Amino acid sequence: MSALGHYFEEEGIPTVSISLIREHTAAIKPPRALWVPFMLGRPLGVPNDAAFQRKVMAAALELLEREVGPVLDDFPEDAPYEDLGAEPEGLACPVTFPRLRSEGTLAERLADEIGQLQVWHDLAVRHRGRTTLGATGLSPAGIGEFLIASIGDGAPVSYRPDLGVAAALKLATDELKAYYYEAKSVQPGRHSPSAIENWFWMETSAGQVFFDIYKMACKSDDPSMKPLATVALVPRVARTALKARDAAAGPGAA
Amino acid sequence: MVRLADLTPEEQETHLSKVPTLKPFPSRPWVRGKPLAQRRVAIVTTAGLCVRGDRPFDSGGAGMDYRVIPSDVQAADVLMSHVSVNYDRSGFQSDWNVVFPLERLKELARDKVVGAAAAFHYSFMGAIAPITLYEGKARELAGLLKQDQVDAVLLTPV
Repeated sequence: MSALGHYFEEEGIPTVSISLIREHTAAIKPPRALWVPFMLGRPLGVPNDAAFQRKVMAAALELLEREVGPVLDDFPEDAPYEDLGAEPEGLACPVTFPRLRSEGTLAERLADEIGQLQVWHDLAVRHRGRTTLGATGLSPAGIGEFLIASIGDGAPVSYRPDLGVAAALKLATDELKAYYYEAKSVQPGRHSPSAIENWFWMETSAGQVFFDIYKMACKSDDPSMKPLATVALVPRVARTALKARDAAAGPGAA
Repeated sequence: MVRLADLTPEEQETHLSKVPTLKPFPSRPWVRGKPLAQRRVAIVTTAGLCVRGDRPFDSGGAGMDYRVIPSDVQAADVLMSHVSVNYDRSGFQSDWNVVFPLERLKELARDKVVGAAAAFHYSFMGAIAPITLYEGKARELAGLLKQDQVDAVLLTPV
């Protein structure tokens, strides 16, 4: 981010960057940056709060009128507390509540889970007017089948001939996780981002399938699989928790 | 709120371990411009966004190229394909402006806080190391921004 600011400015275009990790920006010293004390992934602070987002924008853009630099200012406010979730008013909630299965094969449990979440995802799309799914061209059930096949016997095969296996797994896992997150966010109750993350990784069969793909990627000699064993599949925080759960379950556990 | 001090020790270490690899650039470019109310502003993000139907970013980190996001794009048509999973995506799923504040920028233009929103905005993949790998495509994009009469860029990370 800071590097782009430097190069644009060298080319004659004034820039201002929002900074999420102050220590990185302080090291690079781009021309103008506003550090914000927000969660990674939320440079404007909080979703669905236009007034707060405008305040952050204004504070950043004002740095463009400073006379001397480099400038690294701190935004003085924390983001307002926010729970995801639909406003219940005017929404017809589906009557089916998901009951995650504990019996059956992992493939059966995943398929059942994806099916149970469909009504909630439909509701999320109605509520938000959009979905972030669609990069794979597969249905959630199709993604589930592809992921289960990838951890089965035999070498994984991409669902699209023009896409390598690792790239296909990355797109498919990102999309299926978005399906779960979007569906979960409109279920009754209040859902903080960390609560949804914890639910996904520790309570769903999808989290287990992702962790199995991660373990497969760790063992793979294929360099293209390396991102799936590092930054691209299981977050570091979840990885630590899942490994601890495996260790507690003892040898022979999944 | 997530300051480094609020993260787990492992996450803190991951982010702090990158600091020694990040050096100031040898030059200190500083371009002055018109008053903000006369500037034409583009958003450039490293959130790995692309327009529905466009090529998603590749997970292998071959992400030095960029994607074009026209100013008249609809929220429903902007997708995220970022290599990293170590940041929150639920905010973007709920409201794209928390990452890519195009609607806020248009409001600021309407209220004459800025002159105008550019016709095109852009997304790179973040988490590329070393950061000097951005140089070629950044300079190329600067030419396009100038053709769009852009004289201010707001950069947003994830």
